[in-house]
Amino acid sequence: MSIFEYNGSAVVAMVGKNCFAIASDRRLGVQLQTIATDFQRISKIHDHLFIGLSGLATDVQTLYQRLVFRHKLYQLREERDMKPETFASLVSAILYEKRFGPYLCQPVIAGLGDDNKPFICTMDSIGAKELAKDFVVSGTASESLYGACEAMFKPDMEAEELFETISQALLSSVDRDCLSGWGGHVYVVTPNEIKEKILKGRMD
Amino acid sequence: MGDSQYSFSLTTFSPSGKLVQIEHALTAVGSGQTSLGIKASNGVVIATEKKLPSILVDEASVQKIQHLTPNIGTVYSGMGPDFRVLVRKSRKQAEQYLRLYKEPIPVTQLVRETATVMQEFTQSGGVRPFGVSLLVAGYDDKGPQLYQVDPSGSYFSWKASAMGKNVSNAKTFLEKRYTEDMELDDAIHTAILTLKEGFEGEISSKNIEIGKIGADKVFRVLTPAEIDDYLAEVE
Repeated sequence: MSIFEYNGSAVVAMVGKNCFAIASDRRLGVQLQTIATDFQRISKIHDHLFIGLSGLATDVQTLYQRLVFRHKLYQLREERDMKPETFASLVSAILYEKRFGPYLCQPVIAGLGDDNKPFICTMDSIGAKELAKDFVVSGTASESLYGACEAMFKPDMEAEELFETISQALLSSVDRDCLSGWGGHVYVVTPNEIKEKILKGRMD
Repeated sequence: MGDSQYSFSLTTFSPSGKLVQIEHALTAVGSGQTSLGIKASNGVVIATEKKLPSILVDEASVQKIQHLTPNIGTVYSGMGPDFRVLVRKSRKQAEQYLRLYKEPIPVTQLVRETATVMQEFTQSGGVRPFGVSLLVAGYDDKGPQLYQVDPSGSYFSWKASAMGKNVSNAKTFLEKRYTEDMELDDAIHTAILTLKEGFEGEISSKNIEIGKIGADKVFRVLTPAEIDDYLAEVE
């Protein structure tokens, strides 16, 4: 079994009309055993920037702490929030620093950039950025997520419809993956508010 | 840095609370050739005298105004070689920022980092403070900006400023002439007139240098032909 599959995870982000949604599963496992059903994989960097990290749980937590640290210092020095594209470049650089002993995570970054234009991207564990206009996925359920998103995604969805779409895509994908699931955690972000919802799916 | 025998700082406090080395550095700046900068509503201009030690010097090879990034330029008063070292360090810092964030460095950040370097040289072993003051002109998302950085490492944002030999006359002249809504071309004329005030000899495109940046966010050093045009307009 690969080390990326040790804890199990599923993260997905989608672009809507002047909004984005980012969702993850909630299971924390140690191989076949489920340890927790409320694990936080998605974290807020600032009101218009979220990062979801899949992969080894300890690296998920440590990497998040490092990134928050860097962003807080940036905010103090530059007296402004980081743009999503800038943050993605920073994450990529931090991951590549550990090229020969990497963080075993795959981040999914989602944010609203200039003029509230949604921005999403993912990268591999050593920082290779992959930008997308529609959706990005990551985690042990990524293959199912690719299929579900491809089938369900439509461009320019409003926040309500985007929430429905991403929730259905997430829940149906994690049902096909024994290592992820136990509910879902969805954030839908528009220029004015952040809506956070917990999904109840198959609790297995 | 330096031999272990010189691992103490040469810049030490005097009983009156002054750092005498920095005062001397400022004296070195004050005896350098005059340079000045003016922030207009839509850009920034910086200018300097370019008095060469002999007519045999190839003036086209001397470039006192330098780019730090495509949208930030700088000029100095004081010791040329110290300026070169600072320009090199600042350019590297700007590129490192760009490499990390894929975003051009904001003017304030570059000024702060340059000033930090200058401060380090007032508190490290075996080194002396830089004998230059810099005028940094840039245009970024916050608009046109003009900063002065001193050998001590302190930096100030200016609407208009001068440094070097003729500093007090130049500043008085600028105080009278400066207006908030000045446009870039007016600022260039004012800069030329200010340089003319304390100029020994005939001012020409061969013995001054002018750099400007406008809303296009591209810093450019004016060619001698362009300087001639502005000089003609000023006459």
